[in-house]
Amino acid sequence: MISAFFIFNQKGEVLISRLYRTDFKRSIADVFRIQVVSNPDVRSPLITLGSTSFFHVRVNNLYVVAVTKTNANAALVFEFCYRFINICKSYFGKMDEESIKNNFVVVYELVDEINDFGYPQNSEIDTLKTYITTESVVSATQAPEVSSRITAQATGATSWRRSGDDVKYKKNEAFVDVVEVVNWMGSAKGTTLRADVDGHIQMRAYLSGTPECKFGLNDKLVIDRGAVGTSGPSSGLADRGGGDAVELDDCQFHQCVRLNDFDADRSISFIPPDGEFELMRYRATSNIKLPLKVIPTVTEIGTTKVSYDITLKTTFSPKLSATNVVVRIPTPLNTTDVDVGILGTGKAKYVPAENVIVWKIARLQGGQECSLSAMAQLTSTTTRQVWARPPIDVDFQVLMFTASGLIVRFLKVFEKSNYHSIKWVRYLTKANGGYQVRF
Amino acid sequence: MSIKAPRKGENYELSVDLNSEYREKRKDAIKRVIASMTVDVSGLFPDVLKNMQTDDLEQKKLVYLYLMNYAKTQPELVILAVNTFVKDSDDPNPLVRALAIRTMGVLRAEKIIDYLCDPLQKCLRDENPYVRKTAALCVAKLYDLKPELVIDNGFLEQLHEMIADSNPMVVANTVAALTDIHIAASSQPSISPNDPALFPISSSILTKLLIALNECSEWGRVAILNALARYVAKDDKESEHICERVVPQFQHVNGSVVLAAVKVIMIHMRGVRREDLIKQLVRKMAPPLVTLLSSPPEVQWVALRNINLLLQKRPDILSNEMRVFFCKYNDPLYVKVEKLDIMVRLAGENNVDALLSELKEYASEVDVDFVRKSIKAIGQTAIKIDAAAERCVHVLLDLIDTRVSYVVQEAVVVMKDIFRKYPSTYEGIIPTLCANLDELDEPEAKASLIWIIGEYANKIDNADELLGIFVDTFTEESYPVQLQTLTAVVKLFLKKPDSSQGIVQRILNTATKDCDSPDVRDRAYIYWRLLSTDPGAAKAVVLAQRPPISIPRTTVAPALLEELLGEVSSLASVYHKPEETFVGKGRVGAESLQRKTDAPDDRFSTQKALQTVAAGQQAENLLDFDDAPAVEGRPSGLAATEVLSHTPAAANLLAGTSSNPLDDLVSIFGAPATPAPPSANSHDIFGGLGVNSAFSSGGTGSLGSPAVQSPSVAVPPLQKNQQPEDDLLGLF
Repeated sequence: MISAFFIFNQKGEVLISRLYRTDFKRSIADVFRIQVVSNPDVRSPLITLGSTSFFHVRVNNLYVVAVTKTNANAALVFEFCYRFINICKSYFGKMDEESIKNNFVVVYELVDEINDFGYPQNSEIDTLKTYITTESVVSATQAPEVSSRITAQATGATSWRRSGDDVKYKKNEAFVDVVEVVNWMGSAKGTTLRADVDGHIQMRAYLSGTPECKFGLNDKLVIDRGAVGTSGPSSGLADRGGGDAVELDDCQFHQCVRLNDFDADRSISFIPPDGEFELMRYRATSNIKLPLKVIPTVTEIGTTKVSYDITLKTTFSPKLSATNVVVRIPTPLNTTDVDVGILGTGKAKYVPAENVIVWKIARLQGGQECSLSAMAQLTSTTTRQVWARPPIDVDFQVLMFTASGLIVRFLKVFEKSNYHSIKWVRYLTKANGGYQVRF
Repeated sequence: MSIKAPRKGENYELSVDLNSEYREKRKDAIKRVIASMTVDVSGLFPDVLKNMQTDDLEQKKLVYLYLMNYAKTQPELVILAVNTFVKDSDDPNPLVRALAIRTMGVLRAEKIIDYLCDPLQKCLRDENPYVRKTAALCVAKLYDLKPELVIDNGFLEQLHEMIADSNPMVVANTVAALTDIHIAASSQPSISPNDPALFPISSSILTKLLIALNECSEWGRVAILNALARYVAKDDKESEHICERVVPQFQHVNGSVVLAAVKVIMIHMRGVRREDLIKQLVRKMAPPLVTLLSSPPEVQWVALRNINLLLQKRPDILSNEMRVFFCKYNDPLYVKVEKLDIMVRLAGENNVDALLSELKEYASEVDVDFVRKSIKAIGQTAIKIDAAAERCVHVLLDLIDTRVSYVVQEAVVVMKDIFRKYPSTYEGIIPTLCANLDELDEPEAKASLIWIIGEYANKIDNADELLGIFVDTFTEESYPVQLQTLTAVVKLFLKKPDSSQGIVQRILNTATKDCDSPDVRDRAYIYWRLLSTDPGAAKAVVLAQRPPISIPRTTVAPALLEELLGEVSSLASVYHKPEETFVGKGRVGAESLQRKTDAPDDRFSTQKALQTVAAGQQAENLLDFDDAPAVEGRPSGLAATEVLSHTPAAANLLAGTSSNPLDDLVSIFGAPATPAPPSANSHDIFGGLGVNSAFSSGGTGSLGSPAVQSPSVAVPPLQKNQQPEDDLLGLF
């Protein structure tokens, strides 16, 4: 359990201080300031001094700190800190010193509402917004009957959704966004060291009443199971060419999904929250289709020059295209100047402050190829320091493409009024700092 | 109302505004008061209090917030608020009722407590679940203040009834409250097993909890899972049942729920006898553990520390997953270090090539600490997998070729361990190592190379020349290097008596006459006497066969491992140390530590425990955060450590340095029987990052013969200066 909760700014000044339990004085904050904020050697997010443990998470120059004197649940405390950060981001648009200072009353209200006596309480953002309000987050009047409804929602079995009759839409729609972040680590020789996909399915449900949803993916286990009746599980997939099922290593669901059902037959059924939420997260590691190939040739010529030859190839169908492609190519620390030439599309320039060549391509069609060649001039240095050669990093987005091959097969909505609903599905694959190749 | 703020300054202005006739102005003033709560605004107490009675829920919240912070400083004025509180707890609006009961519970003013019982009684039976769940926790707050009030008013019985509440959130908070009371009660020294405050989990409670588990919020699930972990299953059928019901929680998006479920499974799996079910459970556990690696770094780190423990119990759990532990370039250091450790654990003949090329890559990164640890990991891999040793040696040679000083030095240290494990196999690379002699400036690297030279003195033609370099600068070297030089020269003499008479005379002379370390001097005398009286015996001692080294499969003692696995995701499991070592409160006795010494090789855990307890006690004495009176009944055994609270050890601890002289002290009295783990030298109370060094340098630590001390066991001179304390600690 959490005994005290603080927010510090970078200088170690206390912005928010809340003691949930009585085993600390407010002055405990000074200990943290001295031991952590002003101690550059501290690299661990968790510090125990005597019997006092400080957990901290850094976000935009702020320290979010939880303090405890017990053998607390470390994962829970960190998850709680991150939840708090997410709530703040959702309420104020961002989380930094300014937004905390401008909204301290709401922050105190939130801090009190999501934790009581050190035990985290309901922290569903949508529910919180119904009764903790700011100028930008306005809710209905606080008549007792409304409050009863709010409290029922905050504690109910479907704490994430207002009761049935409250939700009405003229047009019943559900939007499903499959977003995959593909991580790849390639070796200098072009082999894949690791490739995996962190995917999440974002849903925006504008459905009236209390809709019961069933959601289907081309999950290999489900499809195999379907085939079990006719043939063995191993042959089931091979018969149908195999390529259309995806093997998910692990799935995690929003709390609205009935985990027991999933455990029993891998079916995904739920009553969705109203509005936007993350339905599930998944991870896949097998048969990852890498949308971009990066072929780097980097040679150090003597001690004064480095030549670069980087080729990008898209592997997906020509109907699709990668957008916002940004390639970051590290240069040695003692680079003085870089000559860059590009074959194909895009713009590249050397950014001395970060020691990288940044190559930006607004759009790259499927099946296309383009390359960059550059020559970096180095100053001679007296110290013999090796260059760490950080990996080349590529960021991009590809619409209507999933690196894992995941496809939404169906989304069925059942409601007692039996209305017709429209569903929309979009796919997006992107790289987010984890698509790297060594050279 | 006698307290008057001064007639000027900010507080005065606030006080005027708080008494303003305009509602908006008053509310604004309260907001400003709360904004300045980081300074003292307790003088405004009566003015703020006047604004408590209002229909505006937001304003009410603000006043309550103020009260929570300052009620303690103005106990006699709080009583004025009681009426409003009692009235609010009867408000038609459930949010107001809950708010009132929540706030009353934390005011901690004696006078108000007596007025709390009646509203609390009512709120526990409130028709609104939000009020009930708030009231449930309020009972725990009351118990914290005045346990007898809780017992006298029958609140405990009421809580027990509420476990069957129809609302899952109420159940979760009730369980949290009862557990809180249970923990508080069981920390009392004189608690009877039938005390009503204890919260044993019966099988009827179990059923209710399993039902509520699937329906409540994420945090509630953690509370319920924690309670399930305490349940003692009657038979294997029941254990199976619990496991099957808990397994779906692995799919929860919240990492703490996943880890709490892992904990319950690890505990109840002990009771499962069906092999196929155990296999299935272990198989299902792997994917969610891997998924935790995509969490934020801090959660990842907690998960990694726990995965490390789980692997010690079940090495096969993630056998095909090594690649997911590859470090990302921008992982924080604490995550990278844990990943390294786990990668070595998962290394096998099938994946060792991938591992080695990864490790080689890491060795060219910028962060010196990480580079060193990566090179250490290469050494561990070589020692762990015989078939891969040669490939590891090649990688190390490549790294030595880079001629980066710290890389070379670490590689030399690692090579020494490889020579220990595979004697006379890689003699061919000795010239390469010796060629880098000038590069070495760190004691451990120097000592390692000297050890290698001494060990293979008969095969190195110019061994006497090489050792001569160190003999010349003998008095300037650090003690570990001196000790190693001494031993190496004696070895050289025993192997090549004809050519090295001079050098051995020289070093024995220097070491006995000009050296200020008693350790070095004593060792020199022993060698001298051995050599002069019985060269045969000297040979038997100095050139004795050493036991082979290996990487220990576990870093904690088996009994401790079981205990830690029962606490997955807690601080104890993150630190790999028992709870008693860092949750002080003065109830740590020698007995509670002895409890863990039932297994014969538990010496390490006890030692570690002692170190931390000692360190922890000091820190507590110095920091003294607590406003409560000093803990009563400090166990007599620990009194010894109190003496030390003014020594540099405590100062070091506070300054964040890792060399704690006490650690050395504690480690030496275990040393004669079993060599102390080297971690004693680099014991790191902070990140727990150093905790594992027993594993990381386990190879060097397990030297059997006292004559051939490895550098890492060599102890700094400090211990000699503090010999008296050593005796005191010997009380244990």
